[in-house]
Amino acid sequence: MLDLTKVLPFMRYRMHCVVLSALLVLGSVIAIAVNGFKFALDFTGGTQVLLQYQQAPDLEQIRQTLEQAGFPDNEVVSLGSDTNIQVRIQNADGSEETEQAAGETAARVAAVLADSSPNQVTLAGSSFIGAQVGDELREQGIMGMLVATALLMMFIALRFQFKFSIGAVLSLVHNGIITAGFIALARIDFDQNVLASILGVIGYSLNDTVVVSDRVRENFRLLRGVEPERIIDTALSQTLVRTMITVMTTLLVLFALLFFGGPVLYGFSIVLIVGVIVGTYASIYVATSTLMFMNLSKEDMMPPVKAKEELDALP
Amino acid sequence: MLNKYPLWKNLMVLLMVVFSALYAAPNFYPPDPAIQISYDRGVMDQIALDKATAALDADGIAWFGADIESNGVGLIRLRDRNLQSRAQQLISVALPQQYIVALNLVPTTPPWLAAIGGSPMPFGLDLQGGVHFLMEVDTDAAVTKQLNDNVATMRNLLREERIRYRPPVELDARQRINLRFLDEESRSRAIEALRDGFQELTFSTENQGSDFLLTYTMPEASIAELQKYAIQQNLTTLRSRVNELGVKEPKIQQMGPKGILIELPGVQDTTRAKDLISAVATLQFHLVADLGASPASTLEYDFEGAPVRINEEIIVQGSSVTSAQPSIDPQTSLPQVNIRLDAQGARQLNEVTRVSIGKQMAILLSESKTRSVTKANPDGTLVTTAEPVVEERLISVATIQSALGREFRITGLSSAEANDLALLIRSGALAAPMIPIEESTVGPSLGQENIDAGIDSVLVGFALIVGFMLLLYRVCGIIANIALFFNVLLIMALMSIIGATLTLPGIAGIVLTLGMAVDANVLIYARIRDELLQGMSVARAIDAGYDRAYTTIVDSNLTTLIVAIILYSIGTGPIKGFAVTTVIGILTSLVTAILISRALINFLYGGKGVKRISIGMKMPTTA
Repeated sequence: MLDLTKVLPFMRYRMHCVVLSALLVLGSVIAIAVNGFKFALDFTGGTQVLLQYQQAPDLEQIRQTLEQAGFPDNEVVSLGSDTNIQVRIQNADGSEETEQAAGETAARVAAVLADSSPNQVTLAGSSFIGAQVGDELREQGIMGMLVATALLMMFIALRFQFKFSIGAVLSLVHNGIITAGFIALARIDFDQNVLASILGVIGYSLNDTVVVSDRVRENFRLLRGVEPERIIDTALSQTLVRTMITVMTTLLVLFALLFFGGPVLYGFSIVLIVGVIVGTYASIYVATSTLMFMNLSKEDMMPPVKAKEELDALP
Repeated sequence: MLNKYPLWKNLMVLLMVVFSALYAAPNFYPPDPAIQISYDRGVMDQIALDKATAALDADGIAWFGADIESNGVGLIRLRDRNLQSRAQQLISVALPQQYIVALNLVPTTPPWLAAIGGSPMPFGLDLQGGVHFLMEVDTDAAVTKQLNDNVATMRNLLREERIRYRPPVELDARQRINLRFLDEESRSRAIEALRDGFQELTFSTENQGSDFLLTYTMPEASIAELQKYAIQQNLTTLRSRVNELGVKEPKIQQMGPKGILIELPGVQDTTRAKDLISAVATLQFHLVADLGASPASTLEYDFEGAPVRINEEIIVQGSSVTSAQPSIDPQTSLPQVNIRLDAQGARQLNEVTRVSIGKQMAILLSESKTRSVTKANPDGTLVTTAEPVVEERLISVATIQSALGREFRITGLSSAEANDLALLIRSGALAAPMIPIEESTVGPSLGQENIDAGIDSVLVGFALIVGFMLLLYRVCGIIANIALFFNVLLIMALMSIIGATLTLPGIAGIVLTLGMAVDANVLIYARIRDELLQGMSVARAIDAGYDRAYTTIVDSNLTTLIVAIILYSIGTGPIKGFAVTTVIGILTSLVTAILISRALINFLYGGKGVKRISIGMKMPTTA
């Protein structure tokens, strides 16, 4: 068990971590700039193909055949009866949303599927389909993020202190950029689930940051005549066990989803795994280092102190 | 007592557990595929229902439990989902056209659970599929409407500028606007006057006999642009309508140049969904015609049994209505709709009503819906076609008492009509009418293997958390796990109550919430261990542990909660869904980790003189 008197010197290595974080953020920005995001069917739209089978086909086999033929992002469902199959796929890169492009893609799909099984299949129709996520998501999403950040800063400034809100937002941006960088680097299909997982990372790391900040605030009030660096080190040491246990339970779930969850949950879980690890690191170093660089002092923490706290002071 | 809850707190915990168990329960009963039959003039009758079941029997389709529900809709449950479409067509043929036949999935919630408002969460399109509508947008109608609006504006402008023209100004069959003048000068002035407002149109001049002709046409590029805009506008409107219907996680996307594809998971009332999706409701404000006005510029409608003539000219277009809220008139207790206009509409209405006090104003509601009609061909094949139904009626004729402004109310509607009208107006107008050209059920987009893998991984994840907590905190770990179990029930109960749709990533999100939810208990236990190490007694350590962890838990959860609520209020679609799950997860975690775990700890370790607590650490040997 962690001894309370044993304080690990986290902040001694803060410059190393500044360099590490800077490199990670820079690398992520480059990855995003070079690779871009590989947006999935939800965001891009593509082609819808209607197929009529003689006998009810195995949908899973159709999905696999399409994947092998170069259509990894496909959606195969039965429509009305189990011999009517609707396939949705992305068009080849750069091709436009026209009926002609859709027709060509549909012909390829039908040919690939006809070759792969003895079950007779006819092409019953094709059409291009637009994005499922409207443009309004982009605009409102960005607006939402900005408003959320502003209110978040206000709340933390109110509950803690202004310097804490800078730290929390820096760590939030840090985690967001690195997670997005990973998505670009690993060329993960950017679908709505991956979008949700980025939001999940933000929620998780925010929670972690506040827990640490909470202990820092408490220690500033309890420990008199101690250097800020040591106060932060103490807070980090005290919360370390909890940080580790929580990150472990979360990672346990995520690894279960990654290993057993199949392709649907793959992007969702791997993005969260990377994000949660980055978020844990950030909750230890990014927010707290920011406090150190802004010279958080006892005076900053003074006004809200109440008389009750005196009684709880360490002997 | 330090670690005793007062009776009311224990009762509250118990009540919460019972509540969550009850409202989560309906999710354990799978729904039946069914055919829904509604009569468009009221309540469904037994004779029609018997005809429908006879049609199924004749074709050998197995059914059970044909009933008329309390909302006046007939339901016939089927054994086989694959036969649902065929059954729908057969019944459509067997019944007269006033009966609307739709596909449905009926929850099998036991009556006593349904009686207290329990209902299951519908499964998403990925897990269970749903209903599928393909609508064709009549983009030509959008172009015609735009041109007709232009005609009206041109007429007004010419009148204002006192330029004499030869009526009528109208759209010809080739979508051209023809204006005729008596001399060259009037035509030049007209071109000048119309220069600014109609830049998307091109004009040409021609002399026909004694007429000086001015013709405006819309170039191909503008038409294409307008059609594209109509589709986009309809998509946006549909997204907000489906949202208003309370259907979560729908798929709405453009398909082909004129199609819009709508897929809804587990819709309860498909007929209403379809009506509301395709309905175009527009309100138009007209003055009632003066006696002896020319029939050419007036229209006649029936109002409460008597004919009323109104001026063809529209004072305010429906597109000026910015909000519509149904409410009840406190004096008469009759339903009404409160209407708000935009600045332009308010000005127009004010200008007209100011000089027309004492005259009558009429509000015309035009609703176009589309009904699909199935007929049997002579060769026995069944064909389903869509037929538009347009209903135009005056909903109010009232004497103008004073100049009207931005806000006013409309009365004279039934309660249901007021609600639907408000919904349609609120969700925005469709830029062009739509015709459903295809209705069908759609199977799940995930294969059974993928669903199984997803569910397995979720169970494994849950088992791992439980095992880990047990290993780490022993008896206290069991308590945390019990709290976690109730957390799951409570999440299910709340999601069922708000009618959230369950998708595989949604389920994964819930487990992730659980992984993070143990955080609260971890924080508490870490504090209790700290206090024990400091030499506090078990009783005091428990109390202090909960007390001190409390601020941390509240602060951290409140921060995340704020972000989630903002994302909910501003975000759309998937962001909104994610925000809802997060908000529910935070609330249930707070309740279960703090309240329920405390109640259990109190129960086990709340007695006098407790010396030991099993929290995964050696008890320090202080006296």
